[in-house]
Amino acid sequence: MLHIVACIKQVPDTKIIKMNPKTNTMDRASAPAILNPYDSHAVEEAVRLKARYGGFVSVLTMGPPPAVKAIKKCIEIGADEGYMITDRAFAGADTLATSYALTKALEKIAAIRPVDLIICGKMTIDGDTGQVGPGIARRLDIPPLTSVCKVVEINRERGYAVVHRKLEDGHEVIRSTLPCLLSVEKEINEVPYSSMPNMLRAARYQPHIWSVNDLPDIDRAQLGLKGSPTIVSAVWAPPKPQGGKLLEGAPSEQVNQLLDVLLERRELLEVGRS
Amino acid sequence: MPEKFDAIVVGAGPAGIACAYELAKAGVNVLLLERGEYPGSKNVMGGVLYRQMMEEIIPGFHKGAPVERPIVEQRFMMMDKTSAVTFSYKGLEWAEEPYNNFTVLRAKFDQWFAQKAVDQGALLVCETVALECLIEGGKVVGVRTDRPDGDLHADVVVLADGVNSLLAKSLGFHKEFRPDEVALATMEILKLDGKTIEDRFNLEAGQGCTIELFGDATKGILGTGFLYTNKDTLSIGVGTLLSGLIKHKIKPYELLEYVKTHPMIRPYLQGAEPQEYLAHLIPEGGYRSMPKVVGDGVLVVGDAAQLVNAIHREGSNMAMTSGRLAAQTIVAAKARGDYSEASLDSYRQKLMDSFVGQDLKKYKDATHHFDKFPQYFEEYIPMMNRAASTMLTVDGASKREKQKKIWRDIGPAKRKFKIARDLYRAWKVMK
Repeated sequence: MLHIVACIKQVPDTKIIKMNPKTNTMDRASAPAILNPYDSHAVEEAVRLKARYGGFVSVLTMGPPPAVKAIKKCIEIGADEGYMITDRAFAGADTLATSYALTKALEKIAAIRPVDLIICGKMTIDGDTGQVGPGIARRLDIPPLTSVCKVVEINRERGYAVVHRKLEDGHEVIRSTLPCLLSVEKEINEVPYSSMPNMLRAARYQPHIWSVNDLPDIDRAQLGLKGSPTIVSAVWAPPKPQGGKLLEGAPSEQVNQLLDVLLERRELLEVGRS
Repeated sequence: MPEKFDAIVVGAGPAGIACAYELAKAGVNVLLLERGEYPGSKNVMGGVLYRQMMEEIIPGFHKGAPVERPIVEQRFMMMDKTSAVTFSYKGLEWAEEPYNNFTVLRAKFDQWFAQKAVDQGALLVCETVALECLIEGGKVVGVRTDRPDGDLHADVVVLADGVNSLLAKSLGFHKEFRPDEVALATMEILKLDGKTIEDRFNLEAGQGCTIELFGDATKGILGTGFLYTNKDTLSIGVGTLLSGLIKHKIKPYELLEYVKTHPMIRPYLQGAEPQEYLAHLIPEGGYRSMPKVVGDGVLVVGDAAQLVNAIHREGSNMAMTSGRLAAQTIVAAKARGDYSEASLDSYRQKLMDSFVGQDLKKYKDATHHFDKFPQYFEEYIPMMNRAASTMLTVDGASKREKQKKIWRDIGPAKRKFKIARDLYRAWKVMK
């Protein structure tokens, strides 16, 4: 049976989060915690593949206890089982330490039920790195397929997957062996409004919760802050755009003025052309 | 096959949560539906939570609940344009157990309260709208939600879907409410340091104060304004009958802006930063606007049943009590295995025998009276301010002369008679 694991994260809603003006860090209390939007597409894709080929969808997250809510959201989307690793020892992890901890949890999940495919969101909206997915793939020594915008085929029997990767100037059709790891773009699917049976199941669902001690052969030195070589030396807010000019007058006059400006400053027209 | 519950409660506000809590506690298999992202996300009130009725549901709740401040002082300001006559009661018996009431922020409090219901065993599903009641053979047998495969069955459905209760309306329990049966309240939550709040409102650390605003706060339109102290925010708002806003052609946010910049209020808000803006309808039709509250397989609670005492700004307490009484009725009905209207009718009786029904009856004509005769707010409050100013201004005139001046100011005998009649009428509708 095709077993897909989606790796997900609970993040503060960065659309509305406030920044601490003194430290330039996010004031996490100022925004509600949500399921990382890219990850909802990862879970949805896993659920769609299950509908296509049959199989089983698990989700995995690392986070503080309230992150159970994000797993419940995945159950609403249609995941079958949820796993959470939570422990003080994981706190303060960068992408290196996070991918290590998640890999250890994935090994344990694979021992319960062999894993064919791992799907991650393209990146989280609070970290914006997109490194954890490829980090997991490297550690598991499986192919990482990033920027996936379409899954053409998963063939478990013959052990391959065909996907489209989004490139700057088109799509790359790529065939990979299984198991592999996909990190997906938002346009891969639309997450529909969850069905009532899924909502009821999610309301009742309790995920499997593991601490460090539940993960065998784990090297504590590679966890959390200790296992994180990343150092944030400075954070600053981007400077606010200066100047700008308000065009006034009748609409036709404004259009003429705008055309003059655009013709005068041709570089404005170059922006975004690819 | 849709899942079947013993009971479905539609709406996670004070009434719905109280009902679901009591049902779950009694071992009833109950589903609580909420349209918002989480309970409290769409719920609005000025912010006074009455201890007694909450305590009847969760004893000692304030020790764990996210309450803001216990209220030790209640002020009432009769406002004119540049003056106010203020009455107040402050009592330190309210500063200690068992307390009288607390300010709360609903987004926090309702979430906490709903979690308590979940802990008791209620199943909570959010972000789901109940579109209509499912009816079989004239009996409500469940609800249809907006989700795929969204039908849900239950022996009994509790409508706690708030002021506009579309479900109760669809059952024909009430018509579309008239503009003189609902008030529109707008409010802002303003951030202000807790210590500054205490200094500004003359409070000891942790204590709170409420100020109710009458008269010019609503530009004389029937309604009230309020200013409440939270931990490190202030809640300021204004609520007026919809009919009054229509008649005076005032937009609700203009009225809120007017109160915020009123010279009697502005100093309290100095330096406070707007954090949230909220608006909601309040059912203020009272007893005469109450819909049918019991049907075959269905009960109506809280705002959906118009359970608000506008005169005493009570509503959440009535909601909780109605939810609790509905739950008691359902538990008894379950034991009998009979969810017919006759079996559930004891809810209506219990409700009308409780303080909820008694108070609604007592003030059944109050809102309508003050709506019909706007002079109380438009004329008498300014008159009261002028009288106080005349009496208390030391300008060499003798006190007897001042009394005469106040008496003259009221107007000719005909007008004095009219005022006496109005005061008698007001006493009659309030007694």
